[in-house]
Amino acid sequence: MPANRFNGFTEYGVGIGLRVPHYRHILEKKPIVDWFEIISENYMIDGGRPLSVLDSILEQYRVVQHGVSMYFGSAEPLSREHLRRLKALVRRTGTSWLSDHLCWGSVDGTYTHDLLPMPYTVEAARNTAEKIRQAQDFLEVPIAVENVSSYAEFHVSEMTEWEFLNEVVERADCGILLDVNNIYVSAQNHNFEPRQYVEAIPADRVAQIHIAGHSKFEKYILDTHDHPVLDPVWGLYARAIERCGPTATLLEWDDSIPSFEEVHAEALKANRYLQGYERTAPLAVTA
Amino acid sequence: MIDSDLHLLQRRMAAAVMRPLTRNEQMRKRDASCSSVADEAGAFIRPNDRLTSFERLEIYNRQYWFRLFSSFEEDFPGLKFVVGSRKFQVLMRAYLEAHPSRSFTLRNLGSSLVGWLKDNPQYTAPNPDSAIAMAALEWAHVEAFDNESREPLTADEIATLDGDSHIALQPYLRLLAAPYAVDDALLAVREGSQPSGTQASNAVGIHVVRRTRSRRPSQQQIYLAIYRHDDTVYYKRLSREDFLLLQALEEGRSLGEAIEAAFAESATPESDRPAIIQSAFHHWMQMGWLCAPRATTETL
Repeated sequence: MPANRFNGFTEYGVGIGLRVPHYRHILEKKPIVDWFEIISENYMIDGGRPLSVLDSILEQYRVVQHGVSMYFGSAEPLSREHLRRLKALVRRTGTSWLSDHLCWGSVDGTYTHDLLPMPYTVEAARNTAEKIRQAQDFLEVPIAVENVSSYAEFHVSEMTEWEFLNEVVERADCGILLDVNNIYVSAQNHNFEPRQYVEAIPADRVAQIHIAGHSKFEKYILDTHDHPVLDPVWGLYARAIERCGPTATLLEWDDSIPSFEEVHAEALKANRYLQGYERTAPLAVTA
Repeated sequence: MIDSDLHLLQRRMAAAVMRPLTRNEQMRKRDASCSSVADEAGAFIRPNDRLTSFERLEIYNRQYWFRLFSSFEEDFPGLKFVVGSRKFQVLMRAYLEAHPSRSFTLRNLGSSLVGWLKDNPQYTAPNPDSAIAMAALEWAHVEAFDNESREPLTADEIATLDGDSHIALQPYLRLLAAPYAVDDALLAVREGSQPSGTQASNAVGIHVVRRTRSRRPSQQQIYLAIYRHDDTVYYKRLSREDFLLLQALEEGRSLGEAIEAAFAESATPESDRPAIIQSAFHHWMQMGWLCAPRATTETL
């Protein structure tokens, strides 16, 4: 199950996000890392240090692209300029799949630079799926959409978030980047049972999993990516691996970023679950 | 798709999310037409057992502004140095309200700043010129950092040039004339600053304002080349003649016209000029600053 058409039939292990404070360490020490995830928009530029570093990283490592501003859920059409730049980057990185968020963030050409929550309606699912299909056709690489953490829900929603996710990925025939931290954050903010979400996703469409830390406030939780992964999130991850098999896993750490070793060590904790699955998985029987 | 229910809802929420905050960085209780924002939020956002619709919307409203503040402050620490932190906060909010992001990347957030500062001197009084010069240098820095690098002209290609030839400059090379030594001031500011980190998280929980007084850079006419070399941005002071020559080439004038423009009001003796020009071109060639014009305007 882990290698599927939504992740280019690859079997990646545990990766971390490529972040500026770690550039020097990675280039000088060349640590063993299974793969890096990059924020596509940071490299959709014409030149300079980010692209030089990326090229050096690509000589040594596998890289997967993760976007933050495609806004599949925005009502307006996809930006041609965005797609053109993204495709150039896809060619540069050779990414086996590409991910972005199941959200919206721009209106009438103005960008909020946030991952705003979707109204869970059939109209929104139809619009979002159509745009994912268009992007997938143009980019010629499998796309996985990531569930976002959210702090608001709309009166007009007609279904649960996981029902909406399933509706979109079925209509678009695309993959899922399952962020178990986001599930936990949204579950706390919207009073639903996070295990129910994990149980409901189509496991055969999961291309990748995200893990991350978050921050608790008095009345809500913020998805800050500035802490180690918390136990309840590891619990959801464990269940996701039970359902999906050993899936490409990535730790996101975007603020108050500690040393490379600390981030990588936190990510590698995922191996407890991945290796545990391999020990307990039934052997394949061949005729 | 346009004006679908989805589009109308997103317009409505985006308008609320991008509405300016109060002085205390909270969501405003009334919008521009004095209508209740709580009523507006309640019309499309569900409350829960801990947060009202207003409070849920406010999380996004504050995140929007904190994210933009963070990006803008990171790109323009020198402008903050010149106008002081208090005035900078007012200026930043007014600019971002007038020029919300129209790009998929926050890299372009400051692209309209210099023009806006020229049109709105009240935000930088009593020293608008030093503020404009600093903002221009900082925007040039952004462009020099990641603009395209094209194939530079070789020595052989440069040897074939004549007065009718046209030459382009590297997109990563920016030129700036300023009446203040903003380069020295910015280098000092950048030495003491640290970048922020948020990338893939959709949460920005805090906006810290550190108080600093305004400090004007020393008054001095400077001519600068802002460029990238080995992935690092440098500021190089140019002679007036070199600056004018490069500027004329950038504007698309022929080599002969550019040389004429460079020395139009120059005190440099005419007999010294050929050696100066030759030396300048030799240096620029070594730096890789010169390239062929784009194919559509190919006249080399």
